[in-house]
Amino acid sequence: MDPNTLPLVEVNDVSMRFNLAQEKTETLKEYVVKLLKGKLLFNEFYALKHVSFTVNRGEAVALIGRNGSGKSTMLKVIAGVMYPSTGSRVVRGTIAPMIELGAGFDMDLTARENIYLNGAVLGHDRAYMDEHFDSIIEFSELRDFIDVPVKNFSSGMIARLGFAIATEVRADLLVVDEVLAVGDFMFQQKCMKRLESMLADGTTLLFVSHDSNAVRKLCSRAIWLDHGDKRADGPADEVCTLYEEAMRSGKA
Amino acid sequence: MKDSFGTSLERFLAHLKTYQPLIHELVSRDLKVKYRRSFLGYVWSILNPLLMMVLQTIIFSFMFRNDIPNYPLYLICGNTLFTFFNESANMGLTSIIYNAALIKKVYIPKFIFPLSRVVSSFVTMSFSLVAVLLVMLFTGSPLHWTILLFWVPLLFELLFCCGIALALSSLTVYFRDMQHLFSVLTLGWMYATPIFYPLEQLPGFAQTLMKFNPMYHYINLFRNLVMYGNIPGPNTWLACAVAGVGMLAIGLLVFRKLQRNFILYI
Repeated sequence: MDPNTLPLVEVNDVSMRFNLAQEKTETLKEYVVKLLKGKLLFNEFYALKHVSFTVNRGEAVALIGRNGSGKSTMLKVIAGVMYPSTGSRVVRGTIAPMIELGAGFDMDLTARENIYLNGAVLGHDRAYMDEHFDSIIEFSELRDFIDVPVKNFSSGMIARLGFAIATEVRADLLVVDEVLAVGDFMFQQKCMKRLESMLADGTTLLFVSHDSNAVRKLCSRAIWLDHGDKRADGPADEVCTLYEEAMRSGKA
Repeated sequence: MKDSFGTSLERFLAHLKTYQPLIHELVSRDLKVKYRRSFLGYVWSILNPLLMMVLQTIIFSFMFRNDIPNYPLYLICGNTLFTFFNESANMGLTSIIYNAALIKKVYIPKFIFPLSRVVSSFVTMSFSLVAVLLVMLFTGSPLHWTILLFWVPLLFELLFCCGIALALSSLTVYFRDMQHLFSVLTLGWMYATPIFYPLEQLPGFAQTLMKFNPMYHYINLFRNLVMYGNIPGPNTWLACAVAGVGMLAIGLLVFRKLQRNFILYI
């Protein structure tokens, strides 16, 4: 079968279990205390419960839901950062993650050096980054600060640089997690435009947001997660309306 | 993780190729950050071992008596190799927990972090070899042809350090106490390695025990080649190779077993 006709992302019956007690047990004393209290074995928490869906090439899919509903966990499972407790996930292509802009930056290095470092994190060598260097600078509007250490940047400037790098380098799947909230209005508009033009070029997008308007504008399909369960999956407008109604009536 | 060690070794090598640019960037970052804003920059990599050698020569020649010929060279050979081990083990140890922010957000094969730290230390050590050469010229040490083989012990030590760094970095994720424990351990290890004293000074049983100290073999081989123009017997070479390859294999196994759940603990 031609790999291009298979879905780009397949999520099969994924559950993600966190052991809350285990996470905090870091010293022997705490461990013993918890063992005596018998708190070590329960306190299980399911961030995702048997979630399945597929995303086809060229689709723009939004994940919506309240805080703690498992959206970011889902993205991390798809990005390959977390292994699901049960179930499986397949991604047939490269991923450009924008889960937190500037996560790959070293604060002591300059913007110029960080562009190469972040490019390498996404798997691109120096020659490739040389080619794209100018348009990254152009888009981020940081030409005057190119040799300034990133620790002196404002959070908005870091977000610009991170967004410029992540969207400049081509990937099959772009994963965007609430990153547009940082920049100013003009830059947000610019980012939306760029995402739209990337979608027109056939990039697949996974988008996490609370902002129903942005979801309706960018995405054709939405998946609503609620306490780790998939509540709805369908056309963005319908799912957003359902979600908003549930929120208003206090059922979400 | 159900696949055999063979296929995961294959994947390891494939990853190594794909992410070679990242290792390159991380190493150059380490070196840049290390000497950023210092006046002499990379010169410190040469100057530091020289100053250390001068200090130790003064201490150990005047305060304690020893009759090692060309003591400054004897010292700096041992120090250079041990500093490389010490630095790569200690930097490797924290490499995973320090890069937690990145590991939580982007998929990167995680062994890249300890490995790039070891490579950074290796590059620093390569600069320090200039200091060794300077000491040889200053003290008029004869230049034997065996010096051309100096890279063999360094290469085996590199494998050994990679193994140590892989094992320590993954264990530290689960037992943060390793950080504190290991600094004491390396200090003990340093005293247990003939860096500033001759092996012959030790009692018989300790000399036998020394055969199990890989650092002794690397330093011994290096000194034989560089200082004495002497090719040691096959046992020394074998010890160096077995310790290097063996430690790397152990490191990879431990790391492979533990890396899956890193994300839950960092």
